[in-house]
Amino acid sequence: MSLTRTATVDASDHERVPLWRDPAKRAIAFQAVTLGLVFMLSYWIFSNAQSNLRKQSIATGFGFLSKEAGFEIGESLIPYSAAETYFRALSAGFLNTLKVSIAGVILTIILGVFVGISRLSKNWLLARIAAGYIEVLQNIPVLLQLFFWYGLFYTSLHGPRKSFNPVPGVFFNNRGFYFPFPEYHSAYPAMAVALFAACFAGCLLHKWSRTRQDKTGQSFPVMPVALGGVVGLPLIVWLAYGMPIRLDTPHLAGFNYEGGFSFSPEFVALLLGLVLYTSAFVAEIVRAGIQSVSRGQTEAAMSIGLKPGEVLSLVILPQAMRLIIPPMTNQMLNLTKNSSLAVAIGFPDFVAVVNTSINQTGQAIEGVSLIMIVYLTISLVTSSLMNRYNKRTAIIER
Amino acid sequence: MRSTEEFRPPVTSIGAIGWIRQNLFSNFFNSLLTLLILYFLCRTLPSFINWAVIDAVWWSDGRTCNQINGACWSVITKNLRFILFGFYPYEQQWRPVLSICLLAAFIVYSSFRRAWNKHLPIAWLVGLVLIGLIMRGGVFGLPSVETEKWSGISLTLLLSIFGLSAAYPFGVILALGRRSRLPAIKTLCVLYIELIRGVPLISMLFMASVMFPLFLPEGITINKILRAQAAIVMFTAAYIAEVVRGGLQAIPRGQYEAAESLGLNYYQKMRLIILPQALRTVIPPTVSILISAFKDTSLVVIIGLFDLLRTTQVTLSNPEWTGFSTEAYLFAAFIYFMGCFVMSNFSRRLATKQYT
Repeated sequence: MSLTRTATVDASDHERVPLWRDPAKRAIAFQAVTLGLVFMLSYWIFSNAQSNLRKQSIATGFGFLSKEAGFEIGESLIPYSAAETYFRALSAGFLNTLKVSIAGVILTIILGVFVGISRLSKNWLLARIAAGYIEVLQNIPVLLQLFFWYGLFYTSLHGPRKSFNPVPGVFFNNRGFYFPFPEYHSAYPAMAVALFAACFAGCLLHKWSRTRQDKTGQSFPVMPVALGGVVGLPLIVWLAYGMPIRLDTPHLAGFNYEGGFSFSPEFVALLLGLVLYTSAFVAEIVRAGIQSVSRGQTEAAMSIGLKPGEVLSLVILPQAMRLIIPPMTNQMLNLTKNSSLAVAIGFPDFVAVVNTSINQTGQAIEGVSLIMIVYLTISLVTSSLMNRYNKRTAIIER
Repeated sequence: MRSTEEFRPPVTSIGAIGWIRQNLFSNFFNSLLTLLILYFLCRTLPSFINWAVIDAVWWSDGRTCNQINGACWSVITKNLRFILFGFYPYEQQWRPVLSICLLAAFIVYSSFRRAWNKHLPIAWLVGLVLIGLIMRGGVFGLPSVETEKWSGISLTLLLSIFGLSAAYPFGVILALGRRSRLPAIKTLCVLYIELIRGVPLISMLFMASVMFPLFLPEGITINKILRAQAAIVMFTAAYIAEVVRGGLQAIPRGQYEAAESLGLNYYQKMRLIILPQALRTVIPPTVSILISAFKDTSLVVIIGLFDLLRTTQVTLSNPEWTGFSTEAYLFAAFIYFMGCFVMSNFSRRLATKQYT
């Protein structure tokens, strides 16, 4: 070995340690060199970019955000036209990203938990089908799945005049999926308020029953009462307003359907692809989480006289959740990041709008940075929230 | 005394009937579920089989396909070579085939635990260079084929396998950096890893296709495939770093201390004691990263490279074959599925085995 050291180092030797053998000084030198290299590389890139931009006469900075965008966006949650600014176009794109992500996350959790539990079912047929679902959908690229659904809609659905009409009032054609929607009535805002109030009351009830149980040991059926409130209160308001049931049904007007509530084929293909793909991963996470809780826990819970439902909700799930939540958060973030594939099938999400802006202004650096900043912010916010939740549910050891 | 013959369990609880009773009709709810599923299967399976097999055509042209109700598998059989190899010169397509066979041989060889020693990385390096030479040509009397022409499944494999191999050392360095005691190094590595893991791959690919050219001095251009490859390497490295960090954390402190007490310096300690143990424990998660990389390379479609997915789409854009996207995408999905399925089974087998 080249670097053998003398076994005995006395005090006088220690004073005469050469500079390159002193770990502290060596560390400083090493870091200084690394930082220097990184700065040099950044400066080189920066100066190259500057001269290239000057030569191609591309503007720099975010000034373009306040200029007129000049392109249309297929669908938007806020009023938007081509005469609006880039900033407004990007906001519309961002809201579309949020829309597909939030809808996707909710549907994915429902479907994923369902498939994950089915995978563990005692029914052989159901367990096999769930296993096949997980295996197949996990192993096919999500982009391919998006193209598949989008292509399927385009080849199997016809134009508006030959719409597929599975139930009265519902129309599927290659322009979109149209559903009837309740016509606006002053009862609906009141119902929303009632729903909100019921949820709030449910939370209070939960807290109260918790403290009472801690003190007296008596349990209170919170779930049925709260559910009753959440369903019942809006229902009472609806009855009080005289049961408005007028539906706004989509109808053919000119070349397309009008009225009702509609989704574009792009949105449905994107949502379907993302939900099916991610739910396969969520199902695996749920299965692993449930299986990680040892059998003894179930038996112990049953032996103290809990009912099967209580065993699951009071003993198994709280323990499984600890293992499920962190990878689940990752999957939800993956879904949000994968929603950027919208650009491939023409759904105007944030990345698609930025892409159009880059093509128009040539300001690639600003555009790509915007994409990165937006997704980083979403990731950081979600993971900090989830870390807080994790800390609350983590096992408290002595 | 009665013989054991008379104590055999009733026929309804053993054999096929017993199995069915236990697994399909154990209680009321289960029976209902089974019947519902069977009903659903009876409704959908026959029409699917009709479409996929009975009414399907396999070797026809596009016009015949439009007149039948079944699947048009001809879209694949007629365009198979293009879907698989894209613009690679037609007479030279044995070269990608040979490369894929070589690659498969390497993967099979690496799956034997006996092969896991320090020669394996070197063998891989030599193998990948060899594959690169076969594909690129210009040596052994092979006509050279520009990388722009590499397309179809060869591009998919190139981007994922070469990407992972190039990203691996980079990822290991990042992981070591993240666990370093030097604050500047640690900060740099944490920033890089978290930044990359927070953004979608598509933003990295956009960066490669529109931003990289601006970063290079005038006169130097790098072709698009290499730029995409660089983006994939940068992206994958961050994920590998996190996996390797997990492996490093799993090594007991005693190993570090023992190495130090032997008088090894940092590089010797890592190279001889820590990394060989850490990297072995992370082989299964590394295979998962390879699977993701294999699936994620399909994203290069968005920046206009001709991978397997894009050659499928190009086939579909031919007026003769438009409208048969379902069949074509099912075929592409099958190829991806087979690749991922084999790899994930392999990693699962490794994970269940005891190994150190």
